[in-house]
Amino acid sequence: MSNEEFKPILLGRVGKPNSHTLSTYKADGGYEALAKALSMKNTEVIDLVKASGLRGRGGAGFPTGLKWTFLPKDVTGPIYLCVNGDESEPGTFNNRVLIEEDPHQVLEGIVISSFATRTTTAYFYLRYEYGRCYRVLKDAIDEMYDNNLLGKNILGSGYDLDVHLHRGACAYICGEETGLIESLEGKRAWPRIKPPFPAIEGAFRRPTVVNNVETLACIPHILNKGADWFMSMGIPKDPNNARDAGSYGPKLYCISGHVNKPGLVELPMGISARDLIDKHGGGVWKGRKAKAVVPGGISMGFMSEKELDTPLDFAGPGRVGCLGLGTAAVIVIDDHTSMIDVLYNACRFFAHESCGQCTPCREGTAWSTKILERIRQGHGKLSDIDVLLEISSSIGTIPGTTICGLADGAAWPMKTAINKFRPEFEEYIKSGRKSESKSLVGAH
Amino acid sequence: MSELSDNAKKVIEDHLGRYPSKQAVTLPALHIVQEEKGCVSRKAIKEIADMLELSPAQINDTLSFYGFFRTEEDPLGKKRVWICRSLPCMLRGGEELLAELCERWGIQPGQTTPDGQVTLELAECLGACDGAPCMLVDDELSLCVTADDVERMVRG
Repeated sequence: MSNEEFKPILLGRVGKPNSHTLSTYKADGGYEALAKALSMKNTEVIDLVKASGLRGRGGAGFPTGLKWTFLPKDVTGPIYLCVNGDESEPGTFNNRVLIEEDPHQVLEGIVISSFATRTTTAYFYLRYEYGRCYRVLKDAIDEMYDNNLLGKNILGSGYDLDVHLHRGACAYICGEETGLIESLEGKRAWPRIKPPFPAIEGAFRRPTVVNNVETLACIPHILNKGADWFMSMGIPKDPNNARDAGSYGPKLYCISGHVNKPGLVELPMGISARDLIDKHGGGVWKGRKAKAVVPGGISMGFMSEKELDTPLDFAGPGRVGCLGLGTAAVIVIDDHTSMIDVLYNACRFFAHESCGQCTPCREGTAWSTKILERIRQGHGKLSDIDVLLEISSSIGTIPGTTICGLADGAAWPMKTAINKFRPEFEEYIKSGRKSESKSLVGAH
Repeated sequence: MSELSDNAKKVIEDHLGRYPSKQAVTLPALHIVQEEKGCVSRKAIKEIADMLELSPAQINDTLSFYGFFRTEEDPLGKKRVWICRSLPCMLRGGEELLAELCERWGIQPGQTTPDGQVTLELAECLGACDGAPCMLVDDELSLCVTADDVERMVRG
């Protein structure tokens, strides 16, 4: 299927009148997938999701069905599902649109996934900033209780499930799955040392699955149309790489920054960044050229203009030195923009959002921001460039110095900005210029 | 006299049945108190702690982790305006917008106008990058805003 013929699946109901209500969702075939799932064995649902090749949409791309199989088989007592709606990766807004426009699609995915994993209580962790989403979800959940889609004996199947909304308090780290669990438990959102992974010991020390909103929204469609249908979209596994799990299904791409038409687009996984920007983002604004593009939220790093033909599937960005596909939030930076200001912005974000638990992250993010601030004031030294590179290779789970991946997310923008735009950094430092950007110094 | 309103107490009690631990009600409790009073006072911390069978230090530990909650020394204005400064907004004028509002209102991010009407905050990515620069007023997002829009919406 070509991208031109593709009809949106996850966004298929966006823009329809009252798309957020149960009656319109049901009129469009909603909750048929749930009825089907409830007629199956829970393990059959897991097998179907495994067979579809669905990988988590929250950033790490872990195979969803496989994650579910990590739950202990012989467990007695509660299992929890935590819905990760703490979408905060800069550039990412697909969860917001999915929830505001079609909450029942997400909720149907939650009920099916809960049934598959034998969960009887699901917590929907939603970032505080999404107030409208909160109110839309609250109404949708009430409708579900009134219509036997939640609560006891759902649709006469004997299966019980409660879903509770839980609002965050403006902290990026709550999107890390164990940070989310700590926050849910009422504590500071300090990520946990793993193992044990949440599947063994998660929320309230019980087996727990944490899934992203977009991932869950895919589930009803997989139930309705099957694994082969899901695998007919996207980029197949690389036969020469045993570790590649393929990039199947539809994907929501967020386009922002210096484009004519910022917005959310759904396409089969694997469009190139260039096509995405030109055909779906209206091209770079003001007739300019792209200088750098973030492939999937700032923690993935930067692609240069000549790397824009890279396919945006799970494996593509990694082949051009980025961390990965991340959230597929594409941020376009035009050729009139200073990479020093851009990198400063990225570093300041991570310094602000580091939870402070691990020294390499806390200190590394803070000092990289200070060094870049000094460069922006016109007082940089050429040796600063290598200090920044050294910081970027010394923090994170990939060198093994921190508990969670936030520091990796901080490292990749530094590595890629400097490795791909080093002459610009050198020229800027030698010139002794001051940045023209209005960033408030030290504002915290 | 109790610092927590009857409504706040009821909200907290209603939440207790949703979680296997009382501590999990910490964030919902802090939210309801701050929504009502514009801050979480020491007395409120103590009363929440009593309801959740925790020490006040445990509540304060969580409260102080999230930059979101205010103490009685530093309460919120009537409206809380967050201006996004993360990369997608920065690229489309978010930082200039924030600087302009600071100048117009004569305050820095984190501060409240002297008339107590508006607290200005800087935000990291608000999740509305399709409408950069964006802002959040209390918990409602507004997309593609100018300084005049902000003035009209919060002071008009």
